[in-house]
Amino acid sequence: MRLLVIFCLAISLSLFAFQTKAQPIKLLKLDQLEKRIELGKDTLYIVNFWATWCLPCLEELPHFEKLKVKVAGQKVKILLVSLDFKSKLKSDVTAIVKKLKLKNEVFLLDEASQQNYIDRISKDWSGALPATLFINKQKNRRSFFEQEFTYNELLASYNINK
Amino acid sequence: MKNYIIILLAMLSVSVGAQVKTLTPGMIAPEISLKNVDGKTVGFSNFPKAKGFIVVFTCNTCPYAKGYEQRIIELNAKYASQGYPVIAINPNDPIVSAGDSFEKMQELAKAKKYSFPYLFDAGQKVTDLYGATKTPHLFLTKKSDKGLIIEYTGAIDDDPEGTNIKRSYFMDDAVKALLTGEKPAITTSKAIGCTVKKAKTAI
Repeated sequence: MRLLVIFCLAISLSLFAFQTKAQPIKLLKLDQLEKRIELGKDTLYIVNFWATWCLPCLEELPHFEKLKVKVAGQKVKILLVSLDFKSKLKSDVTAIVKKLKLKNEVFLLDEASQQNYIDRISKDWSGALPATLFINKQKNRRSFFEQEFTYNELLASYNINK
Repeated sequence: MKNYIIILLAMLSVSVGAQVKTLTPGMIAPEISLKNVDGKTVGFSNFPKAKGFIVVFTCNTCPYAKGYEQRIIELNAKYASQGYPVIAINPNDPIVSAGDSFEKMQELAKAKKYSFPYLFDAGQKVTDLYGATKTPHLFLTKKSDKGLIIEYTGAIDDDPEGTNIKRSYFMDDAVKALLTGEKPAITTSKAIGCTVKKAKTAI
Protein backbone atom coordinates (compact mmCIF):
# COMPACT_ATOMS: atom_id res chain seq x y z
CA MET A 1 0.00 0.00 0.00
CA ARG A 2 2.72 2.42 1.01
CA LEU A 3 4.56 1.53 -2.15
CA LEU A 4 1.48 2.33 -4.19
CA VAL A 5 1.16 5.74 -2.53
CA ILE A 6 4.83 6.52 -3.23
CA PHE A 7 4.40 5.30 -6.78
CA CYS A 8 1.36 7.53 -7.33
CA LEU A 9 3.15 10.46 -5.76
CA ALA A 10 6.14 9.95 -8.01
CA ILE A 11 3.93 9.75 -11.08
CA SER A 12 2.00 12.89 -10.21
CA LEU A 13 5.21 14.73 -9.37
CA SER A 14 6.79 13.81 -12.66
CA LEU A 15 3.60 14.80 -14.49
CA PHE A 16 3.68 18.12 -12.67
CA ALA A 17 7.28 18.66 -13.63
CA PHE A 18 6.49 17.79 -17.24
CA GLN A 19 3.56 20.21 -17.32
CA THR A 20 5.53 23.11 -15.94
CA LYS A 21 8.14 22.60 -18.62
CA ALA A 22 5.85 23.89 -21.37
CA GLN A 23 6.09 27.64 -21.54
CA PRO A 24 3.06 29.75 -20.73
CA ILE A 25 1.81 31.56 -23.83
CA LYS A 26 1.23 35.25 -23.37
CA LEU A 27 -1.25 37.43 -25.18
CA LEU A 28 0.45 40.26 -26.99
CA LYS A 29 -0.80 43.49 -28.57
CA LEU A 30 1.06 44.76 -31.62
CA ASP A 31 2.11 47.84 -29.64
CA GLN A 32 3.64 45.55 -27.02
CA LEU A 33 5.48 43.57 -29.69
CA GLU A 34 6.94 46.75 -31.15
CA LYS A 35 7.90 48.01 -27.69
CA ARG A 36 9.50 44.67 -26.91
CA ILE A 37 11.65 44.88 -30.03
CA GLU A 38 12.44 48.57 -29.53
CA LEU A 39 13.60 48.12 -25.91
CA GLY A 40 15.09 44.64 -26.35
CA LYS A 41 18.83 44.11 -26.09
CA ASP A 42 19.12 41.98 -29.22
CA THR A 43 20.10 43.34 -32.62
CA LEU A 44 18.19 41.05 -34.92
CA TYR A 45 14.57 40.06 -34.29
CA ILE A 46 13.02 37.28 -36.34
CA VAL A 47 9.26 37.31 -35.94
CA ASN A 48 7.41 34.35 -37.39
CA PHE A 49 3.64 34.57 -37.82
CA TRP A 50 1.93 31.20 -37.69
CA ALA A 51 -1.23 29.38 -36.65
CA THR A 52 -2.04 25.89 -35.41
CA TRP A 53 -4.40 25.34 -38.37
CA CYS A 54 -1.70 26.25 -40.92
CA LEU A 55 0.08 23.05 -42.00
CA PRO A 56 3.03 24.73 -43.74
CA CYS A 57 3.53 26.76 -40.55
CA LEU A 58 3.80 23.60 -38.46
CA GLU A 59 6.30 22.13 -40.91
CA GLU A 60 8.37 25.29 -40.71
CA LEU A 61 8.41 25.82 -36.92
CA PRO A 62 11.14 23.21 -36.27
CA HIS A 63 13.45 25.21 -38.59
CA PHE A 64 13.13 28.18 -36.25
CA GLU A 65 13.99 25.91 -33.32
CA LYS A 66 17.06 24.68 -35.20
CA LEU A 67 18.07 28.26 -35.96
CA LYS A 68 17.69 29.17 -32.29
CA VAL A 69 20.31 26.57 -31.40
CA LYS A 70 22.61 27.75 -34.19
CA VAL A 71 22.51 31.42 -33.17
CA ALA A 72 22.73 30.79 -29.42
CA GLY A 73 24.90 33.41 -27.71
CA GLN A 74 24.40 35.96 -30.48
CA LYS A 75 22.22 39.05 -30.31
CA VAL A 76 19.37 37.35 -32.13
CA LYS A 77 15.83 36.79 -30.85
CA ILE A 78 13.23 34.60 -32.47
CA LEU A 79 9.61 35.32 -31.57
CA LEU A 80 6.81 33.01 -32.68
CA VAL A 81 3.54 34.92 -32.90
CA SER A 82 0.42 32.79 -33.24
CA LEU A 83 -2.54 34.27 -35.12
CA ASP A 84 -4.98 31.69 -33.79
CA PHE A 85 -8.25 32.92 -32.37
CA LYS A 86 -7.96 33.85 -28.70
CA SER A 87 -10.56 31.21 -27.91
CA LYS A 88 -8.08 28.54 -29.10
CA LEU A 89 -5.22 29.59 -26.83
CA LYS A 90 -5.70 27.00 -24.10
CA SER A 91 -6.73 24.15 -26.36
CA ASP A 92 -4.91 24.28 -29.69
CA VAL A 93 -1.95 26.62 -29.22
CA THR A 94 -0.75 25.24 -25.89
CA ALA A 95 -1.05 21.70 -27.22
CA ILE A 96 1.04 22.40 -30.32
CA VAL A 97 3.70 24.29 -28.36
CA LYS A 98 4.01 21.28 -26.10
CA LYS A 99 3.91 18.76 -28.92
CA LEU A 100 6.60 20.52 -30.96
CA LYS A 101 8.56 21.30 -27.76
CA LEU A 102 9.00 24.92 -28.85
CA LYS A 103 11.79 26.67 -26.98
CA ASN A 104 11.51 29.99 -28.82
CA GLU A 105 9.17 32.42 -27.12
CA VAL A 106 5.56 31.99 -28.25
CA PHE A 107 2.86 34.66 -28.13
CA LEU A 108 -0.70 34.91 -29.32
CA LEU A 109 -1.48 38.16 -31.10
CA ASP A 110 -4.26 39.90 -29.20
CA GLU A 111 -5.60 42.15 -31.94
CA ALA A 112 -9.18 42.23 -33.19
CA SER A 113 -8.78 44.01 -36.53
CA GLN A 114 -6.87 42.16 -39.24
CA GLN A 115 -7.42 45.23 -41.43
CA ASN A 116 -5.29 47.13 -39.00
CA TYR A 117 -2.53 44.74 -37.99
CA ILE A 118 -1.68 43.12 -41.36
CA ASP A 119 -0.69 46.46 -42.88
CA ARG A 120 1.11 47.54 -39.73
CA ILE A 121 3.28 44.42 -39.80
CA SER A 122 4.00 44.87 -43.52
CA LYS A 123 2.34 46.63 -46.44
CA ASP A 124 3.64 43.74 -48.56
CA TRP A 125 1.65 41.13 -46.64
CA SER A 126 -1.57 39.83 -48.22
CA GLY A 127 -2.45 37.96 -45.04
CA ALA A 128 -1.39 34.47 -46.14
CA LEU A 129 0.40 32.32 -43.56
CA PRO A 130 3.17 31.58 -42.80
CA ALA A 131 4.98 34.91 -42.88
CA THR A 132 8.23 36.08 -41.30
CA LEU A 133 9.57 39.51 -40.48
CA PHE A 134 13.27 40.23 -39.94
CA ILE A 135 14.04 43.42 -38.02
CA ASN A 136 17.67 44.47 -37.80
CA LYS A 137 17.79 47.33 -35.31
CA GLN A 138 21.43 48.19 -35.98
CA LYS A 139 20.90 48.53 -39.72
CA ASN A 140 17.39 49.92 -39.18
CA ARG A 141 16.05 47.45 -41.74
CA ARG A 142 12.85 45.42 -41.98
CA SER A 143 12.52 42.53 -44.46
CA PHE A 144 9.26 40.71 -44.87
CA PHE A 145 8.68 37.24 -46.35
CA GLU A 146 5.24 35.86 -47.18
CA GLN A 147 6.39 32.30 -47.73
CA GLU A 148 7.19 28.98 -46.10
CA PHE A 149 10.91 28.55 -45.46
CA THR A 150 12.98 25.42 -45.80
CA TYR A 151 15.78 25.42 -43.22
CA ASN A 152 18.32 26.49 -45.85
CA GLU A 153 16.12 29.33 -47.05
CA LEU A 154 15.64 30.49 -43.47
CA LEU A 155 19.37 30.33 -42.86
CA ALA A 156 20.04 32.29 -46.06
CA SER A 157 17.51 34.97 -45.08
CA TYR A 158 19.11 35.12 -41.65
CA ASN A 159 22.57 35.55 -43.22
CA ILE A 160 21.33 38.35 -45.46
CA ASN A 161 19.56 40.18 -42.65
CA LYS A 162 21.98 39.72 -39.75
CA MET B 1 30.79 28.44 -51.53
CA LYS B 2 27.99 26.78 -49.59
CA ASN B 3 26.83 30.12 -48.22
CA TYR B 4 26.92 31.61 -51.68
CA ILE B 5 24.64 28.88 -53.02
CA ILE B 6 22.25 29.33 -50.12
CA ILE B 7 22.06 33.09 -50.71
CA LEU B 8 21.54 32.49 -54.41
CA LEU B 9 18.72 30.06 -53.66
CA ALA B 10 17.09 32.55 -51.31
CA MET B 11 17.26 35.30 -53.93
CA LEU B 12 15.76 32.93 -56.46
CA SER B 13 12.86 32.05 -54.18
CA VAL B 14 12.22 35.73 -53.45
CA SER B 15 12.14 36.55 -57.15
CA VAL B 16 9.81 33.60 -57.82
CA GLY B 17 7.50 34.83 -55.09
CA ALA B 18 7.49 38.32 -56.52
CA GLN B 19 6.24 37.17 -59.91
CA VAL B 20 2.65 36.89 -58.73
CA LYS B 21 1.05 40.31 -58.51
CA THR B 22 -2.45 40.49 -57.10
CA LEU B 23 -4.87 42.29 -59.40
CA THR B 24 -6.18 45.52 -57.94
CA PRO B 25 -9.46 47.43 -58.39
CA GLY B 26 -9.73 49.06 -61.81
CA MET B 27 -7.84 46.28 -63.58
CA ILE B 28 -9.38 43.90 -66.11
CA ALA B 29 -10.25 40.45 -64.78
CA PRO B 30 -8.84 37.70 -67.02
CA GLU B 31 -11.21 35.17 -68.61
CA ILE B 32 -11.74 31.89 -66.78
CA SER B 33 -12.21 28.50 -68.39
CA LEU B 34 -11.86 25.68 -65.90
CA LYS B 35 -13.30 22.28 -65.11
CA ASN B 36 -16.31 22.39 -62.80
CA VAL B 37 -17.19 19.67 -60.27
CA ASP B 38 -19.89 18.47 -62.73
CA GLY B 39 -17.15 17.76 -65.29
CA LYS B 40 -18.13 20.63 -67.62
CA THR B 41 -15.86 23.52 -68.50
CA VAL B 42 -17.14 26.78 -67.02
CA GLY B 43 -16.22 30.40 -67.66
CA PHE B 44 -17.78 33.84 -67.54
CA SER B 45 -19.40 33.27 -70.94
CA ASN B 46 -21.68 30.65 -69.34
CA PHE B 47 -23.48 33.54 -67.64
CA PRO B 48 -24.56 35.88 -70.47
CA LYS B 49 -27.09 37.68 -68.26
CA ALA B 50 -24.70 38.34 -65.38
CA LYS B 51 -23.79 41.93 -64.58
CA GLY B 52 -20.58 40.75 -62.96
CA PHE B 53 -19.16 38.00 -60.76
CA ILE B 54 -18.10 37.27 -57.23
CA VAL B 55 -14.93 35.24 -57.87
CA VAL B 56 -13.87 33.33 -54.76
CA PHE B 57 -10.59 31.45 -54.41
CA THR B 58 -11.44 28.92 -51.73
CA CYS B 59 -10.80 25.26 -50.93
CA ASN B 60 -11.89 22.21 -48.98
CA THR B 61 -9.22 22.15 -46.33
CA CYS B 62 -8.38 25.60 -45.00
CA PRO B 63 -10.08 26.34 -41.66
CA TYR B 64 -10.66 29.94 -42.75
CA ALA B 65 -12.28 28.75 -45.99
CA LYS B 66 -14.43 26.32 -43.99
CA GLY B 67 -15.38 29.12 -41.62
CA TYR B 68 -16.51 31.23 -44.57
CA GLU B 69 -18.18 28.44 -46.57
CA GLN B 70 -21.72 29.19 -45.39
CA ARG B 71 -21.20 32.90 -46.07
CA ILE B 72 -20.06 32.08 -49.64
CA ILE B 73 -23.21 29.97 -50.15
CA GLU B 74 -25.29 32.89 -48.86
CA LEU B 75 -23.57 35.39 -51.17
CA ASN B 76 -24.67 33.32 -54.16
CA ALA B 77 -28.18 32.89 -52.75
CA LYS B 78 -28.50 36.65 -52.29
CA TYR B 79 -26.83 38.02 -55.39
CA ALA B 80 -26.93 35.43 -58.23
CA SER B 81 -30.55 36.35 -58.99
CA GLN B 82 -29.58 40.03 -59.02
CA GLY B 83 -26.83 39.49 -61.59
CA TYR B 84 -23.79 38.74 -59.43
CA PRO B 85 -23.29 34.96 -59.18
CA VAL B 86 -20.47 33.33 -57.22
CA ILE B 87 -17.74 31.46 -59.10
CA ALA B 88 -15.59 29.47 -56.67
CA ILE B 89 -12.11 28.28 -57.66
CA ASN B 90 -9.89 25.87 -55.75
CA PRO B 91 -6.30 27.10 -56.22
CA ASN B 92 -4.55 24.29 -54.34
CA ASP B 93 -2.39 21.59 -55.87
CA PRO B 94 -3.82 18.16 -54.97
CA ILE B 95 -0.38 16.59 -54.57
CA VAL B 96 0.63 19.14 -51.96
CA SER B 97 -2.84 19.22 -50.38
CA ALA B 98 -4.53 15.85 -50.80
CA GLY B 99 -7.81 17.06 -49.30
CA ASP B 100 -8.20 19.48 -52.19
CA SER B 101 -8.33 16.91 -55.02
CA PHE B 102 -10.98 17.16 -57.73
CA GLU B 103 -12.81 14.16 -56.23
CA LYS B 104 -12.83 15.75 -52.77
CA MET B 105 -14.16 18.96 -54.33
CA GLN B 106 -16.98 16.99 -55.94
CA GLU B 107 -17.83 15.39 -52.61
CA LEU B 108 -17.93 18.71 -50.79
CA ALA B 109 -19.98 20.48 -53.48
CA LYS B 110 -22.50 17.64 -53.37
CA ALA B 111 -22.66 17.42 -49.57
CA LYS B 112 -23.12 21.17 -49.15
CA LYS B 113 -25.36 21.47 -52.24
CA TYR B 114 -23.28 24.20 -53.87
CA SER B 115 -25.56 26.23 -56.16
CA PHE B 116 -22.53 27.78 -57.90
CA PRO B 117 -19.61 26.42 -59.94
CA TYR B 118 -16.65 25.08 -57.95
CA LEU B 119 -13.75 25.00 -60.38
CA PHE B 120 -10.45 23.17 -60.30
CA ASP B 121 -7.45 25.28 -61.30
CA ALA B 122 -4.98 22.64 -62.45
CA GLY B 123 -1.46 24.10 -62.47
CA GLN B 124 -2.68 27.27 -60.71
CA LYS B 125 -2.82 29.20 -63.98
CA VAL B 126 -5.90 31.29 -63.16
CA THR B 127 -4.72 31.66 -59.57
CA ASP B 128 -1.51 33.26 -60.83
CA LEU B 129 -3.33 35.45 -63.37
CA TYR B 130 -5.41 36.93 -60.55
CA GLY B 131 -2.55 36.80 -58.08
CA ALA B 132 -4.65 35.04 -55.48
CA THR B 133 -2.36 34.32 -52.52
CA LYS B 134 -4.64 32.64 -50.01
CA THR B 135 -7.98 31.06 -49.31
CA PRO B 136 -10.45 32.63 -49.11
CA HIS B 137 -9.48 35.47 -51.46
CA LEU B 138 -12.23 37.28 -53.34
CA PHE B 139 -12.48 39.45 -56.45
CA LEU B 140 -15.72 41.29 -57.28
CA THR B 141 -15.99 42.11 -60.97
CA LYS B 142 -18.42 44.13 -63.07
CA LYS B 143 -19.03 43.96 -66.80
CA SER B 144 -18.08 47.04 -68.85
CA ASP B 145 -17.32 47.90 -72.47
CA LYS B 146 -13.67 47.10 -71.80
CA GLY B 147 -14.40 43.74 -70.22
CA LEU B 148 -14.77 42.65 -66.63
CA ILE B 149 -13.43 45.30 -64.29
CA ILE B 150 -12.32 44.45 -60.75
CA GLU B 151 -14.30 46.58 -58.31
CA TYR B 152 -13.27 45.04 -54.99
CA THR B 153 -10.67 42.54 -53.73
CA GLY B 154 -10.13 40.97 -50.34
CA ALA B 155 -12.27 39.33 -47.71
CA ILE B 156 -16.03 38.79 -47.31
CA ASP B 157 -16.03 40.63 -43.98
CA ASP B 158 -13.76 41.32 -41.02
CA ASP B 159 -15.10 38.57 -38.80
CA PRO B 160 -13.51 35.18 -39.60
CA GLU B 161 -14.51 33.62 -36.29
CA GLY B 162 -18.13 34.74 -36.69
CA THR B 163 -18.33 36.29 -33.24
CA ASN B 164 -18.31 40.04 -33.93
CA ILE B 165 -21.74 41.66 -33.87
CA LYS B 166 -20.27 44.88 -35.24
CA ARG B 167 -18.96 43.11 -38.34
CA SER B 168 -18.05 45.12 -41.47
CA TYR B 169 -19.71 43.52 -44.50
CA PHE B 170 -17.13 44.43 -47.17
CA MET B 171 -18.41 42.17 -49.96
CA ASP B 172 -22.12 42.74 -49.31
CA ASP B 173 -21.60 46.49 -49.24
CA ALA B 174 -19.55 46.39 -52.46
CA VAL B 175 -22.16 44.34 -54.37
CA LYS B 176 -24.99 46.53 -53.08
CA ALA B 177 -23.11 49.63 -54.27
CA LEU B 178 -22.71 48.14 -57.76
CA LEU B 179 -26.41 47.20 -57.84
CA THR B 180 -27.35 50.83 -57.22
CA GLY B 181 -24.91 52.07 -59.86
CA GLU B 182 -22.38 53.33 -57.32
CA LYS B 183 -18.70 52.52 -56.79
CA PRO B 184 -17.91 50.53 -53.64
CA ALA B 185 -16.77 52.79 -50.78
CA ILE B 186 -14.16 50.21 -49.72
CA THR B 187 -12.37 48.58 -52.66
CA THR B 188 -9.76 46.45 -50.88
CA SER B 189 -9.44 44.67 -47.57
CA LYS B 190 -6.82 42.41 -46.04
CA ALA B 191 -7.39 39.24 -44.07
CA ILE B 192 -5.51 36.24 -42.74
CA GLY B 193 -5.88 33.10 -44.82
CA CYS B 194 -4.22 29.82 -45.75
CA THR B 195 -1.48 30.23 -48.29
CA VAL B 196 -2.19 28.81 -51.76
CA LYS B 197 -0.64 25.32 -51.93
CA LYS B 198 1.38 25.50 -55.12
CA ALA B 199 2.71 22.52 -57.00
CA LYS B 200 6.30 21.92 -55.98
CA THR B 201 8.54 22.40 -59.00
CA ALA B 202 12.12 21.33 -59.15
CA ILE B 203 14.53 24.24 -59.51
